[in-house]
This record gives sequence, C-alpha cells and structure tokens, in this order.
Amino acid sequence: MIDVINLRKNFEDLEVLKGIDITINKGDIVAVIGPSGSGKSTFLRCLNCMEDPSGGSIVFKGVDIADMSVDINVHRRHMGMVFQHFNLFNNKTVLQNIMMAPLYLRCQDLNKAKRRNSMIKFRNMFAGSSKRELNPITQTKEQIRNEVKEQAMSLLQRIGLEDKADVYPSTLSGGQKQRIAIIRSLAMDPDVILFDEPTSALDPEMVGEVLELMKQLAAEGMTMVVVTHEMGFAREVANRVVFMDEGLIKEQGSPEEFFGNPKEPRLKEFLSKIL
Amino acid sequence: MGNFEQKVNKFIEIFLEEGGYVKVAEGLENTLMIAVAGLLIGIVIGTLIATVRVLPKYKLLPRVLNGICSFYVALFRGTPIVVQLLVFYYVLLPIIGWRITGVQVAMLVFGLNSGAYISEIMRSGIQSVDPGQMEAGRAVGLSFRVSMMKIVIPQAVKNILPTLGNEFISLIKETSVVSFVGAADLYVAFNYIGSNSYEFMVPYLVMALIYIVLVLLISLLIKLMERSLKKSDRRN
Repeated sequence: MIDVINLRKNFEDLEVLKGIDITINKGDIVAVIGPSGSGKSTFLRCLNCMEDPSGGSIVFKGVDIADMSVDINVHRRHMGMVFQHFNLFNNKTVLQNIMMAPLYLRCQDLNKAKRRNSMIKFRNMFAGSSKRELNPITQTKEQIRNEVKEQAMSLLQRIGLEDKADVYPSTLSGGQKQRIAIIRSLAMDPDVILFDEPTSALDPEMVGEVLELMKQLAAEGMTMVVVTHEMGFAREVANRVVFMDEGLIKEQGSPEEFFGNPKEPRLKEFLSKIL
Repeated sequence: MGNFEQKVNKFIEIFLEEGGYVKVAEGLENTLMIAVAGLLIGIVIGTLIATVRVLPKYKLLPRVLNGICSFYVALFRGTPIVVQLLVFYYVLLPIIGWRITGVQVAMLVFGLNSGAYISEIMRSGIQSVDPGQMEAGRAVGLSFRVSMMKIVIPQAVKNILPTLGNEFISLIKETSVVSFVGAADLYVAFNYIGSNSYEFMVPYLVMALIYIVLVLLISLLIKLMERSLKKSDRRN
C-alpha cells in the first residue's frame, strides 16, 4: 500500500534519513525500532508528510505524496497518526475531538458538491443536448452530524469511555487520552495508522491498556506502522520488525528471525542493551 | 469649602439644565464606539498578520506577505497615534477623496493602530499553543486554515485574553486624543461644560471618574469571560 523509494530528509546540513526503501503491504504491522537519533520518528513523520521529504518518493495507493504539488490533506485523511504526547484538541470535548475531522470534512465535501451542482445547473441552462449530470446529494448536514456522532459514540463504547464523551481532555489520564487519540484517528476510517512512540509518555501502568487496543486493531487487520520501544509488542504483534540506525534501515525481518538471529552487529549490540 | 460647593453647583446646573448631559452622553457613545470598533478591526487585522507571521517560510508568497506585515507593524508602532490621525484626516483621505466624519476616521485609525499591537499579542498567543495541536489537526486531514481557525486560535485567544483586555483599556484611554480630528468624545463634552462655566476643576474630575468606572467595568467583563473560557482547563 505504501512504497517508500529512496526517501531522504535533511534538516539544514544534518542528514537524518539517507535513503530508505521499504514496502508496506495491506495488513502489515511494521514495528520500527532503533536507538534515539536514528531517524525513526522522522521516517514516520515523513510517511504522511508531516515533515516534507527532501528527496525520494512515497507512493501511497498509487500517488506520490512526497510530490509537493499533490493536495496532501486529501491523502492524510486515509492515514491516521497517533502521537507520543496524544495531542488531543484541548479546546474540544472528547466527543468533539473524535467528531471534528469527519464532521468537518464531510460537510466540506457536501458544500463543494452543492456548489458544483449550482454551477452545472447554470451551465445546463445553455447547454442544450450535452447536459451534465448533477452530483448526487443524499444527506443533509443534520444527517451527517447524527451519523458521525453515532460512529463516535460506538468507538467510545468500544474502549469503554462513553461516560467521558462530554469532558475535556485535561481531566483524563494519559492512557485514556492515548486511547481516545487512537479512536480519533480511527474515526476517519483510515487505511493505515502511524504510531509515533504511542506508549513512551505514559505511566507504566497505563501502557497495557493502550497496547491492548493496538493489539485489537492488529487482529482486525488494520495496517500499522509503529515506532516503539516496546520490544514485547514488536515481538508479539508485528509481522515485520525494522531496525534503523544512522538514517538507514539496517535490518528487517520477521520477529522470530529478527530477535532470535540478528545479523547486523549494531543490532546485536542494541538488543543486548535493552533485552 | 464654600468655593468648592459653588463649583459643584455650577457644574450640576450646566450638566442638567443647559444640555451638558446630552453632550456627555454623546461623548461617551463616541468614545466607546471608537474603542470597540478599534478593538474589533484590530483583532481582525492582528489575527491575519499574526497568522501570516507564523506561516512556514519556505515558499515565496509567505515571505513577501511577511515582509509587508513587518513593514505595517513597524509603521503603526513607530508613529504616535495623534500623527496617524492627523495624517489620515488631513492628508491621506483628502488625497483619495474619501469623505468620512472624524469619528469614522478615528475608528479606522484606532483599528489599524491596534491591529499592529494585537498582531504581536496574537503571535505570542499562537506560539504559546503546543505545536502538537496543529500537527494533530493536520494529521487528521484538516487544512492549515481550518486547523488554525478551529483549534489553534481559540486556544491562543484564551491565553492572551488578559493582554487583549489591557489593549482594550488602553484603547479607551487613548481615544481622548480624537478631538484632533474633530470627533466629539468625552473630553470634548467636558471641555464644553468647562468653558461654558469658566470652571474646569469639577468637569475634569468627573471625566476622570467616568474613565475609571469604564475601565473597572471592562476589567470585570474580562474576568468573567476568562472564567467561562477556562472551562476546558478545569478538572471536575
């Protein structure tokens, strides 16, 4: 689904990514590990152009999104992202956080369709035989709102936080925030979710609940790219583990092979330090 | 104190019987109108400039806009408000042939002037919001404009509300120079009473009192607003 070809990224003179090639297929769960400063977070942030790549291409569903001329917002709708520090919208309630993007974007699409239709109607007055079809408009804004709300509530029920729908994020624990951040990205019905160290800012006792939700998603066949320090998660859930160092992918493979029989000396050293 | 009583009586006489209160009401209305319009225009201009100044700068257009905005801010912060009033009223507007009253000129100039100050306030407010908020907005597919308007600016405004209140208070007080362009504000009203009675002490004291009351009312209003905006911070 995502083909990364020779991805490069510089910050001024600092070369962070030095040519990354990787293919992520549908249903893949890729765990990216590596020492700090190895560029793994930058790599993840380049995947949805949060950082603009300096070179190379990222082909997502047949479109090169590293090309600056594409409308990145359209493609980001299909790529969820979960951050280390949750980044829930502080000025919105939990429910509004989840509804915000789907509601706004669907209403925007509706307005766009209405605008186009009025243009087409105007043109059809002069067109004679070559009349053009109107865009179908099946829903009103109110229907969209109800539908999005229903979906948001069912997502909240799924993580058992439906009673928190109307509170502000500042009242929640880290684990709750991160689980809400995950279902916020799910609300857009994405094809892939990018996780940027989702458990690193959590208290140890909260890590479990977040990993549990991620495991559920994995079991449902969601495509995931996870930058993580949770070796247990990488070993259990991922079907591919990628080791990055100095801006390059040094080794990748299935978890059994990766942890059981590491080849790269740098990876051996890294694993010996953390396991 | 017999002298003082006499002065007060004279003031009350002119204030009530010779139409002084009409002038004062008019002056109060103009003062408030200029200050409120100035603040509103200022917030719109200030928010626009602040947004331009926090845009990513690797494209040409944001850089050009940024240059224009810096120039604007330098111009309006670098000259006294009286000079700006005079230049607009006697130089710029006659040149472009736009005839508006002194009050309207004052609204315009105070708006443009406070826009320059509010832009800096707003910029610091926007920069005080965690960049992660913008990133999260962009990550779910919202555009820069929408993320800014729906997520970043509401939080920025909450942070800068006390400073914005300060700006409004200083606007109210600064409007006392609009008589330079013939707008009848509070100062003009009380000056009228004073010169009719040849007695300035009491009118000017009352004028000071009215300004103080205005400012106190506004501080109260800001405090209430702040409290209602703090909703999302409070733990329950």
